[in-house]
Amino acid sequence: MSAEPVTTLATPMHLDYQYTAGLSQSRFLQGIAQGKFIGQRCPACHQVYVPPRGSCPTDGVATTDPIELGNSGTVTTYCVVNVPFQGQSIEIPYICAQILLDGANITFMGLIQELPADQVRMGLRVEAVWVDKDQLGLTMASVKYFRPTGEPDADYETFKAYS
Amino acid sequence: MSAAAARAAVRPIAVVSVAQSKSVRREDHRNEVEILMPVVTEVFANIGVTKRDMGFVCSGSTDYLVGAPFSFVMALDAVGVWPPMRESHVEMDGAWALYEAWTLLQEGEIDTALVYSFGRSSPAQLDRILALQLDPYYLAPMWPDPVALAALQAQGLIDTGKASEKDFAAIAARSRRDALGNPNAQVAKDQSADDLLRDDYVVAPLRRHTLPPITDAVAAVVIAAGDRARDLCEHPAWITGIDHRIETHALGARDLTVSPSTHAAAHGAGVFDAATGPTDTVEVDVAELHAPFASQEPILREALRLSDSVAVNPSGGALAANALMVAGLLRIGEAASRIMDGSAQSAIAHATSGPCLQQNLVCALSAEPGGPAGRGA
Repeated sequence: MSAEPVTTLATPMHLDYQYTAGLSQSRFLQGIAQGKFIGQRCPACHQVYVPPRGSCPTDGVATTDPIELGNSGTVTTYCVVNVPFQGQSIEIPYICAQILLDGANITFMGLIQELPADQVRMGLRVEAVWVDKDQLGLTMASVKYFRPTGEPDADYETFKAYS
Repeated sequence: MSAAAARAAVRPIAVVSVAQSKSVRREDHRNEVEILMPVVTEVFANIGVTKRDMGFVCSGSTDYLVGAPFSFVMALDAVGVWPPMRESHVEMDGAWALYEAWTLLQEGEIDTALVYSFGRSSPAQLDRILALQLDPYYLAPMWPDPVALAALQAQGLIDTGKASEKDFAAIAARSRRDALGNPNAQVAKDQSADDLLRDDYVVAPLRRHTLPPITDAVAAVVIAAGDRARDLCEHPAWITGIDHRIETHALGARDLTVSPSTHAAAHGAGVFDAATGPTDTVEVDVAELHAPFASQEPILREALRLSDSVAVNPSGGALAANALMVAGLLRIGEAASRIMDGSAQSAIAHATSGPCLQQNLVCALSAEPGGPAGRGA
């Protein structure tokens, strides 16, 4: 009797986690649930972080002062997604951008909509579009996307440190 | 060169500051950075230094506990590595991070290092995570949990007459009682061994008290070389030897009732230098042994040839708090603290990793830079 040699072995793995956002990110998410962006300022270098993680990565000190930021910001850099992938929920092409919220000293990633993909540019002024008030929750899904404000583009000098 | 002569040639390096969080069952308000930051602040404040005084930073942790990739990079926010610092990480207990820092300091270019580790064991299913460290073909697919594997080891001790369930209960009772004196311990109680033996089995022959608690904690240590250590600390805890060894991952190929890797690491760390015969016992003031299961302490005592007079785990040990990736570094921290506070002149610290004491690190500490930690008796 000749058995087929075993050449592969499938080992399904699954782990569940209970994630702890932490004090700073909890405060940020509580702001999101009210339709606001809440950052934190470093007491040493005065940089404003959003979302905050409770520490200034430059100084290693606790960032305790909450700062409410505006609803608008500037696109510092972007990527137009043209490649389909499994689980994709947005029609391609779409724009994924780094956004510097007004008053913040760090960018975060956001989806840009209500703009043809070929018109995105560095310096584009954008604002957050939130889900309906009764849909707001402790999740970034509360921000539907960012869209152009119609203001003139920001001067490169104002965001060159972040691009 | 003999092993002893080789050790004499190494640069004297000492633990000069230790800090730790309280060990708790579940830290559910603060994230890793928020737990680490005050501890890093404290380990510097103890000796009046800042991160700019550190020549190197090395951390120990595992992404499996956090459930996020590169979690050690995020944790660096607790230190603030700007301007850029020489930095490294081991996906292991912080005791091995300390070994890396000690090795780098041996090169002589830098005099100080911060070592820290963070381990929240509570966010995930610890038994499943620990099953994933087993060999991926024959063991891991069966998901054997660490308690079951430790039970096989404990049963081996009973079958060979090396230890009894009563011994395990006595170790747990002593550890929990000693932990009453440790403000950071998680499990601290005054109960007799007879009381503990009334516990039900979790996995025979292990009862609840034979198992370590599930713990969230962080710890940080500063080490420094030569005169820098003397400047920073009145009673530095000199590392007179440090070594680590590993055994095969095939559990069936090991005799689980003995720990040859601990013995070999202890030999490398100079623990037996003064012991001349195989029956000599090692005399130190304190031994902090990382025995997550009470049943593992007799194995380590035998491997280290500890005299009965040695105070084992005066902090309560891993039976009082066992944050994964932290408990080993804490053994070095606790042993060093006994020397730094003047209550001990010599100590042995031990850290373990892997199933059933697979991998072991031994660190010999002394109040004197050249002093042998172990003396034959």
